[in-house]
Formats: sequence, C-alpha cells, structure tokens
Amino acid sequence: MNLPCNPHSAEYPPADAGLPLRAGIGFKPQHFDALLADEAPPAFVEVHAENYMGAGGPPHAQLSMLRERLPVSVHGVGLSIGGEAPLDPAHLARLQALIDRYQPAAFSEHLAWSTHDGRFFNDLLPLRYDAASLARVCAHIDQVQERLGRQMLLENPSTYLEFEGSSYSEPDFLSAIVRHSGCALLLDVNNVYVSCHNNRHDPVEYLAALPLRAVREIHLAGHAQECDATGERLLIDDHGSPVGAAVWALYRHVIAQTGPVPTLIEWDTHIPAYATLREQAQRAQALLDEVCATAKEAA
Amino acid sequence: MIASASPHREFAAALQVPTLSVPPGLRVGGGYAAERRFAVHRNNFVVGLIDALAESFPVAEALVGPEFFRAMARERVLSDPPRSPVLTDYALDFPDFIAGFAPAAVVPYLADVARIEALRIRAYHAADATPVRDAAYRKLLADPLRLGGATLRLHPACAWFRSRHAAYSIWHAHQGVSDMSEARLALIDVDRPEDVLVTRPELDVVTIPLPVGATLWLDALQDRHTLGEAFQQAHAADSQVDDGALFTLLVQNGLAIALETTTEN
Repeated sequence: MNLPCNPHSAEYPPADAGLPLRAGIGFKPQHFDALLADEAPPAFVEVHAENYMGAGGPPHAQLSMLRERLPVSVHGVGLSIGGEAPLDPAHLARLQALIDRYQPAAFSEHLAWSTHDGRFFNDLLPLRYDAASLARVCAHIDQVQERLGRQMLLENPSTYLEFEGSSYSEPDFLSAIVRHSGCALLLDVNNVYVSCHNNRHDPVEYLAALPLRAVREIHLAGHAQECDATGERLLIDDHGSPVGAAVWALYRHVIAQTGPVPTLIEWDTHIPAYATLREQAQRAQALLDEVCATAKEAA
Repeated sequence: MIASASPHREFAAALQVPTLSVPPGLRVGGGYAAERRFAVHRNNFVVGLIDALAESFPVAEALVGPEFFRAMARERVLSDPPRSPVLTDYALDFPDFIAGFAPAAVVPYLADVARIEALRIRAYHAADATPVRDAAYRKLLADPLRLGGATLRLHPACAWFRSRHAAYSIWHAHQGVSDMSEARLALIDVDRPEDVLVTRPELDVVTIPLPVGATLWLDALQDRHTLGEAFQQAHAADSQVDDGALFTLLVQNGLAIALETTTEN
C-alpha cells in the first residue's frame, strides 16, 4: 500500500476544539422545552446534519437557541464516504453551509456507504476493507477536511456481514485511515459490541488494535436482538433502548485507557422522555468522573 | 474467487429487489443465516423510508389506512429510491407518485390531500423572511395610485394550488382529533373544488382555503405583475372576486415580504 500521508492534516483545527470531556445527548426536537428548562443540562448536544439542511424554519430556530447555550456536534449520516462514486458535490455544499452557519465543536461521519449510482439507500452499508476502498475513503476524507477546513471524526460502523475479499480487519482499516488522512475517530462502543458479536470477534481485541489516542468522541446506544430457530442471536443497532450492561462495561474499559472523552448517548427510535435520556447521560458522566478521580489519585 | 470490481452495485441491486438472493462475496461470521443478516439492511432501506413517508403524510395514511398506505409507499421506495440523503426532498415528490399510482385512483382526492401535507413540509423548512408590516400597507392604502402600481415579493414559504376536490376540508377534518381514523368526513362534498394556500409567516405553518380568484391573483403577483394588474386579471376571470377579501388574505397571512413602488408617484 503506497498512500501518501496527508501533508495538510496538521493544519486543521482539532475536531474537539470545543466539545467538553463530559457526557452529552443526541438532540430530539420533542425534548427542546425540557432541555431548555433543565438547570443542569448535558454538557453538549449532537444533531444529525441532514435534519438541518433546509433553509430555515423551526429546526434552525431551535438549533440557533441550542448553539447559544451548549456546545454542538454535527453528525452526518448521508455523505456516503465509502461510496464508489465521488462525493455528491451538492451534499458537500449543504454540509459546508451548515458547518459555516453553526461553527460546531465537532463534525463526524461514518465509515460506510449509503449512495450508489445516484440513489440513496437510507442505511449505513458495509465496505470491503481492501486497498482500493482505503484509497477511496482517504481521498473522500481529504476532500471533506479541505472543504470544511477542519479535521473530521470518522465513526466505526455496526456490521452484520463482512466481505470475503477484505484484506484488512476493521480496526486495522480504521488505523490506516487515521494514519493516511489525519482524521480522528468517533468510537461507537455499541457498534464495536454489535459488530464483534455478529462477526465473532473479541471486542477487547478489537479495541486493542485501534489507535485509541485518535478517539475524540464516544457514542453509546442501545441495541435490539433477534434469535433464529437454532437460538443464534443477531444484534441490531437500532438506538431504541437504554445502553446495555455489556456496552457500559466495554465503555469503562475504553475510558480507563483513554481518560475522559466527550461521550454521547444516542437514542433515535422509540424515543423516551427527556428524563430517561438525561439519566443515561448522567450514568456516563459518573463513569467519566470515576476515571478523572482515579487519574488524580495516581498523580 | 475474484473479488467483484463493484461490490456496491451488487449490494444495491439486491437491496432494491427483495426476491434477489444475497449478493455474492459476503462472509458470515457465525451461524446466523446470511439472508437474515442482509434483511437488516433491506429493512433499514425499505421500512425506514416507508416509516419516513408515513410520518410525513399522516392524513393521507388515515384516508386509506396504514396497510394500503404502506404498500403504496413500498412500491415507491423500490421503484424510485431517494436521489438525495435529505429526506424532506423525497417527501415533497410523493404526491406526484400517488397521483400516478393506479390503485389509489379509487380515492381521487388522495394526491391533493397529500399535496397539502407536502406543502406544509416545504413551508416548515423554507427560508425565513419578515412579512411586510401593517404600517407599510396603511401608508400605501392612503395613496391608491401608488397602491395599484406596487409589486410584491412573496414569502418563500408561501405556495398554493387548485384542487378539483375538497382537499382542504378533508385535510382540516383530520386536525385536532386524537385519532385521525375517526375524522368526520360525512358532511363534506368531496367533489367540490377548493383552492388551498400554505405559508409560514413566522414559525407556525398556516393552511387556509382560498377565496374566489385568489390563485390567479397570487399567480400574477408571483410573476411580478403590479397589484392593479393582478386584480384586473382576477376580475377578468371571475366576476365574483372580492378585492377586500384578497387584500385581507395578503395582510393577515404576511404573504408579502417586500412592497416595491415606483418613486415618481
């Protein structure tokens, strides 16, 4: 593999310039009033970029008010960074307009593809981890970072299938992307757990193979499961329930190594009351506080 | 086995045709069948988009029932997947699909009711703009010559259309009810044509039926004809036009965001 390391990456402002090393929540419009009334709100909020690509109206009115009160992270779900075609220039332009308008503390996207031949499939689809994909993903990340003038975070996917032709493991592929593109990582601990279960990998080994120093944000979420006739389980990343016990344990394992990292609770289907989401963020915050206390004792 | 040069093409094809088997070149870790694993992606694609359309068109869904609506949405998703990751764009085109969807022809007003819902989504996301203040209208009303020569710029959220059915009344009957399937339609003459306006002067979307001649009058204003010309065109088409009702419509709903008058008067 002979890919140049991005000579510009050092020029980009760090992606975590403004995200506190604390717990935040994925923002849902139905929680707007409760969030504004919360005297001790989560440390930051994250929004999906594609929900704010209209010109105006209530979505922007809400986001502007949130941006005045809390650090905001913008999380894209539709750029198709792993796509075989060039990035959609219209979508990139919409993204740049959004980033310019709100100057968020972080911008992240996924190691996945969602568009092929001009059609958008509304899902984060898996990639074959080979040299051709690596070159393509790195070129797309370079293009995004140059366009936005900032370092981006790339999120590890949740997967249900792998490609026979893959010549890299997923953590090795992510390591190579970080090395060549200079992007940072958004480590979704639930995705690690789901993918490792579904594809029979050891999540602790997976994490050991990742460049954890490049992790600038962590995602935590719940997953669903289904069973087939033989009792075999498939885990499905649906962001529709509280974070599972095994994922909390894996999260502790990660932050014990990285120290405190901005941590987001995602909950996108069967959306609960604000208080439930807030409680999940408080639980993450308690674990972050524990890590800080341990670090102080050690010092 | 030689790896495919374009694994995404095979993957995308299998997503769009549910009868196709799982694309080649996939590895399955563990016993769980590849078909069930691939079904997670088909579900995210097809059911995810059906859910998004159902959420965008609650009245259309109530009119035909969830089973019919979801089958119709599924046809659309499989035959015409979105061209953009901004899914509001996908919703805006759905009324056109409904209008051409043969099984829906038995509910002839369905596409127009969906058109109201689509215009409401469009208005919700349209650019913000400040309506012309009442004082500016009052000043102009004091000088009828300037008033007749004025042109307007309409609010970007503002849109209207003519329905051959009572689309507004049907849509309105579904508002403020806890269960839309219990909306009372019995007293509505569904074959009575109605004209509908959707706009958003501030943050709330407004949906109202239009008085006689209003769509022609608004078309003329949109085309940058003067207010005087717009009234003339409306009168020429229909003798029942009420100038006061049209002017009230304009002022009350903040339809204009700029009044431009010639300086010589």
